[in-house]
This record gives sequence, C-alpha cells and structure tokens, in this order.
Amino acid sequence: MTSVYGKHPRAEFDRDLRQLQDELLALGSMAEKAVVKAVDALRTRDLEMSRQVVRDDDAIDRKRAELEDRAVDLIAIQQPVASDLRMLIAALHVSMELERIGDYAEGIGKISLMMGDQPPVKPLVDIPRMAEKATAMLRASLDALVNHDVERAHQVLADDDEVDALYDQVYRELLLIMVQDPKVIERGTYLLWTAHDLERIADRATNIAEQVIYLVTGKHVDPGRVSKY
Amino acid sequence: MTTATTAMTTPHATAAAPAAVSADTTLSVTNLDMHYGAFRALRGINLEVKRHAVTALIGPSGSGKSTLLRCFNRMNDLVPGARVEGQVLFNGEDIYHPSVDPTEVRLRVGMVFQKPNPFPKSVYDNVAFGLRINGFKGNMDDAVERSLRRAALWDEVKDRLKQSGLALSGGQQQRLCIARAVAVQPDVILMDEPASALDPISTLAIEELMRELCRDYTIVVVTHNMQQAARASDWTAFMTMGEDRAGHLVEVGSTQQIFTNPQDERTEGYITGRFG
Repeated sequence: MTSVYGKHPRAEFDRDLRQLQDELLALGSMAEKAVVKAVDALRTRDLEMSRQVVRDDDAIDRKRAELEDRAVDLIAIQQPVASDLRMLIAALHVSMELERIGDYAEGIGKISLMMGDQPPVKPLVDIPRMAEKATAMLRASLDALVNHDVERAHQVLADDDEVDALYDQVYRELLLIMVQDPKVIERGTYLLWTAHDLERIADRATNIAEQVIYLVTGKHVDPGRVSKY
Repeated sequence: MTTATTAMTTPHATAAAPAAVSADTTLSVTNLDMHYGAFRALRGINLEVKRHAVTALIGPSGSGKSTLLRCFNRMNDLVPGARVEGQVLFNGEDIYHPSVDPTEVRLRVGMVFQKPNPFPKSVYDNVAFGLRINGFKGNMDDAVERSLRRAALWDEVKDRLKQSGLALSGGQQQRLCIARAVAVQPDVILMDEPASALDPISTLAIEELMRELCRDYTIVVVTHNMQQAARASDWTAFMTMGEDRAGHLVEVGSTQQIFTNPQDERTEGYITGRFG
C-alpha cells in the first residue's frame, strides 16, 4: 500500500518481519532435519547418528530463544497492531511448536540409544511412513505460514487423521507382538514410544497450521474439530 | 441529500432512516454531509455514538475527524459558509432543527481542545465561569470542588484556587479545561486531540481520566495517537478522505476488533502505519 509520504513509513519494520519469518523457516528446517535424521538413525541402527541428534537439539533450543527475543523486541519497539501483531504472536507460538518437534526428535534419538545393539522388534515400515507424513505436514504448515495460505493450512489439519490412523495400526501391531511374546515387551515399548513421538510431531504441525489460520483470518479454529489423539 | 456509501457491518451501522434511537445511543448521525462553501468536507456519515463510552475518531490529516466532531455541538456554525445536510440526533432530538438554540446544544455537549485554553482568570473562576453565565444558584464552592475532583485535579490545586489558571503546568491546564467542561454537567464531552500538546505522563493522566469520566459522560475523542485510541476508547471509527477530498467513515467497531482484526484493508493499512 502506498503512503502519502511517498516512501513507505514502515519499510524497516517490514524488513524486520521478513527476517523473523526467514529465521522461523530456518528453525523449521532444523526441526525437520532432526526428525528425519532421528528416524533414519533408528532404522539403520546408527548410534553415532542418534547421539548427534540428541546433541544437536541444543542448537534448536538456542535458535528458538533467539527468535523469541527478536519477536519480543519487535513487539516492544514497534508496538504492532492488527496483522503485524498477529504475525508476531504466531511467530512466538510457531517457534515454540518447532522447538517441541525438536524435542521429540531428540526423544527418538534417546530411544535409539536405549535400544543399543538390540534389533527392532519388527521391520520398520509404518514408523518411517509416519515420519514422512509428519515432516510433510510440517513443511506444508510452514509453507502455509509464509504464503498466508489458509487452504493449505486446512489441508494440514486433514492430514493429521492419516498419521493418527498409522499410529493406530502400529499400536495394534505392536500390542499383538507383545501379547504373543512377553519377552519382547521392552523392545516393543521402544517402538511404541517412537510412534507416539511421531504422532505428536504431526499434532505440532497441526498447531502451526492453526496459527496460520488465526494469523490470516484473525479467528481461531473451531475447538470442536478434535482429532483422535 | 447524498446517499450513504459507507459500508458498515458493526452494531454502529444505522438504517437509512432510523425510526427510533436506541437508549444506549447518545448521538446518532444519519447521512451527514458537511460543506464549507463549495467544498464538501464530509460525505455520507452514518454513526452511532454509544452512551457512557469513549468513541475515538482516527484517520489521516484531512479526513474530517475534527469537522465531524464539531458537527456534534454545532461548532461549525461559527464558520462562515458552513452548511450541514443530514441528521444529527442528540438523545433523539435533531440538533440542527431550526427551533434548536446552538448555545443550548453546546451547554449539553461540551468541548476540550488540543491546546489547553484556560481563561486568564483564577483556577476557581475558570471552573465557575460556565456556571455563572448560566445563572447557577447552588453552592459554587461545592460545584467547583466537585468538578476539579472529577478532572482529577483537586488535590493538586486545592491550596491555590485563587492562582491564575495559566500558572498551572500544561497537563494541569488541560485537566482544568476538562473541569470547566464538566462543571456545567454536560451529557457529552468532545475532545479534539486533548493530549497532543502534553508530555507522556500527562497524556496517560488524560487517558486515565477519559476512562474515569465515561462512567458518567459520553466521550468522543479525535486523536492521531493510535495507542491512545487503543488504550482509552471503547469504540473506534476510522475515517479517510476520498478522491473528492471529502472525509468519510471507512469502518467502525469495538476498539478491540479494530486493533486486532480490522475488516477493511484501508483501516489495516492506516493502523499498522503503512498508509495515510
């Protein structure tokens, strides 16, 4: 929008907002890589890689703190209103969701380390699929954020049901294996935890999508739309 | 009469011809056009000002905020060539009806200006002035104290009531003007950028006072300070000027709604500092 002053009076603030958004995407990319790496390490039983995932989570936590400081500074200095304010509030929420996604990746890394040299109780098929879907949801939610794309955000909400369905499947399968052979309960539980972490990652991506809907429309998603988990 | 073109989706929106004004409305403006000679300064204003609330008029310079404010107590009558079309109902009565005495209107709809303008008289006489010319018969000391207390000034001036009003600080002078306005017990207080000449602390004091006073009075305030509108008002009306340079209303809503989720992109552009 043009100004009667010719020059855009909020050019600097706009640049700060764009920069914050870029930082948010960088954090999103770190979180996504952590998830992919954690599941890969689990599947290939690469304990060194698992240890790395656990170590790298500190960087995600630091990045989130930086982002939060930046957003708080902008709120204090620029006194934003309307869509600017909603963007900054969304940035605070989204950075928290991304940090939590990083924590789940770290959790999967720790599970892998606990498994040590024991082989997985079953071949890992659905768990990598869950990871793939959850990270795709994460990417889509961040895309929706950048492009203010409400339709895409709604698609993420719908996709969560698929991850929930996969989780159900993994859960039933593992339960059956553990009932049949109580000796594998410990190893089965590791994979249950992993599936649960991935299911939560998808939920966090859903939360980001809900923030996008709030950012663009100024309205919260109907809380009546509750997913199974 | 020009037809209203402003689209409004809020409780403020009035029908083309209101049969009755609701009890919570103090001022009801319908299809208001205002001309200064050949220049149309306001076009198609439809607005309801809610009772015992603060309504802020915001918008860029030249959007007609002050002109609209001055329509509410017929201050524009004093400008040669000024002409008003449409209707302004004050408690259901048409204030532009030929039988209405504008002085009577100004008694009930008081005004506070941008620059504090106390009379070169004592603090006491400043407050007593309006009461005296209106033939007030009660206890003047009580009335002066009550008004100064209302304006949150009593404690600061009670020991120097005989001193000149001009000896007070800017913020105190403005509160003295508010005390002078409330002394005659109006229904409405119009404020035209009441804090723009004041320091930040005095500004906050005036805003606090508005919140206090709106329990008993209806307040309409013109402000360029967006944070002031956000902090001090219950309702916000955004005005802008069109191609014809006539001021008109773009959006009216609760202050909370206007500052978190305005519906018109011109409002959004203005309050976020990207337009106007």
